[in-house]
Amino acid sequence: MTAIGLEPSARRARQVLHLPVAALLGVATLAVFLWITGVDVPLALGALWRGAFGSWYVFTSATLVRATPLIVLGLAFAIGARGGALNIGMEGQFAAGAMGAAAVATWIPVDSAPLAVALLLLASLLAGALWIAVPAILRARFAVSEVITTLLLNFVASALVSYAITGPLQERSRQYPQSATLDAMWRLPHLGRVTRLHLGFVIALLLAAVVGVVLARTRWGFQLRAVGASPRAAAISGRMDVGRIAAAALLLSGALAGLGGGIEVSGVSYALYQNLSPGYGFTAIAVALLARMRPELVVVTGILFGALDAGAGAMQRDAGVPSVAALVVEAVVIVTMLLTARKSP
Amino acid sequence: MIEAIAVAAFGAAAVRVGTPLGLAAIGELVAEKSGVINLGIEGAMLGGALAAAVGASAGGPAGGIVAAVLTGTGIAAIFAAIAIGRRADQIITGTAITLGATGATGLVAQHVWGVGGAGLSVPTLAPLNIPGLADIPFIGPAFFRQSALTYACYLLIPMVSAALYHTRSGLRLRASGESPDAARAAGVNVAVVRAAATIFGGACAGLGGASLVLAQVGTFTERMTAGRGFIAIAVVALGRWHPWGAAAAALLFGAATELQYASQAAGSAIPYQLFIAFPYLLALLAFAVSRRGERGPAGLGQPH
Repeated sequence: MTAIGLEPSARRARQVLHLPVAALLGVATLAVFLWITGVDVPLALGALWRGAFGSWYVFTSATLVRATPLIVLGLAFAIGARGGALNIGMEGQFAAGAMGAAAVATWIPVDSAPLAVALLLLASLLAGALWIAVPAILRARFAVSEVITTLLLNFVASALVSYAITGPLQERSRQYPQSATLDAMWRLPHLGRVTRLHLGFVIALLLAAVVGVVLARTRWGFQLRAVGASPRAAAISGRMDVGRIAAAALLLSGALAGLGGGIEVSGVSYALYQNLSPGYGFTAIAVALLARMRPELVVVTGILFGALDAGAGAMQRDAGVPSVAALVVEAVVIVTMLLTARKSP
Repeated sequence: MIEAIAVAAFGAAAVRVGTPLGLAAIGELVAEKSGVINLGIEGAMLGGALAAAVGASAGGPAGGIVAAVLTGTGIAAIFAAIAIGRRADQIITGTAITLGATGATGLVAQHVWGVGGAGLSVPTLAPLNIPGLADIPFIGPAFFRQSALTYACYLLIPMVSAALYHTRSGLRLRASGESPDAARAAGVNVAVVRAAATIFGGACAGLGGASLVLAQVGTFTERMTAGRGFIAIAVVALGRWHPWGAAAAALLFGAATELQYASQAAGSAIPYQLFIAFPYLLALLAFAVSRRGERGPAGLGQPH
């Protein structure tokens, strides 16, 4: 786990240099792939660019809307990784959070808007934490690796969503496999009249600030980083319970991922569906890695991958390139980060 | 009589659906025994599925199988170069390999077949009846009227078991997974052993992808493995890192998938999603109740 790259806060300039290099390398690889498979490369990349940055509307309503869950989940992965735990189950916690949000909106009678949204977000946070509780306990008590356990629970979450939207949370007419559409009260407000960007983006920025401060300035954050950097040294120092701290990092990671699901339901989809996340839980791993697990950089890389996601949709519409092509960029970025992280111990 | 036929059909379907999982899992088991957890087998399986469809279209089912094994091997070799050669984190590397393979296969599939997809143009493998065995009541139709790839899986399980537990190479491989430092002190080249095990795992995952296309679905679609490579990792864990355990677990996952359909068709009061979730919950429970030595090789996931 040391290869993920944790460094002292010095040499800031060098630390962000990798970012454009990895991103460009990713896009260049995509271009080569497109060329090999006979795609009109300028047309496709032009569509990608316009779909992400073509206008202020596109930038806010497509790129930043998609960046929002990526920033939240990127922070979730980063906080786990800083504590030495790899949360591969963010897809599952995201779904659990979305379910928690839909459940509260369906079952709890509330009559004031701010209270409704606060309740919804709290429910999603708790649902995410609950979803990772078993892996966290297994890690803390029996030193069971969180990787397989969190991965397993992705599938269980998917099955549970399928049950919920055809059973207890299904919309009233019982025709469609989805929950009832959220009343206005439960929705995160838009940040302007002509944009689909919602308050969730601001929440994501605030979360990045909070996670940054907690990691850098608090005693608990210091312990977390110590455990993540060297579990043995932390254990030998005698002042830290390594298992408990890693489990706490996992719980927090799951809670954040759940909150990401709640924000998506309350800000974008307004209902619970199957496969609400198009793979945010895995893309966010690239987001966090490209940011070298630093909360403030997660904001930047989250927006970059949000742009890629938005652009990929436009590439499919305008150039006929399957949108999964964007995953090639994600893969190249991750591999670049892994290979360059080795050089700076 | 009708019930007997239904039970036999259910068994046959469970084995057919379990075969891709069993093939991928037996390969992943070998990799994990050597200390490598490869989340990239989802990508290797998907690559194998695409290669099987392309290869079978060009050279019949046999061509598809060869292409699938080569592709799975190649994808696992990339993983090995990064995770073992450069000692990068295995989990993250595997995630990247799977993401990259998903993107690349989507692009290649559209290049080969266009927006309409492969359709039913892919030649498939017909079931082969094993003389004698195929006529045993229940067991025959379930286990011995399957495609050649299911029989390949039957052969791989005892072969891997024998190689792991009764050969020097198997001992070296297990030592690399349990205690890489001790293995190296004893003269084992841990990196080479792990790379070989991982690449074998990739070949098996490719074969699993081939069986999905050639013996189960009959075509290729984007993202068609739908997490089966990850399920294979769950199969290994539920099978307690033993070849026969993995075989039983793969069969259980296959049966659970089929039970879900049967339950939907029968209009059962039990939510069918429970059948989907059941094997995962069982795997999770197995972690909770197992003793230390039963939770996988001690050096699993640690770079060496």
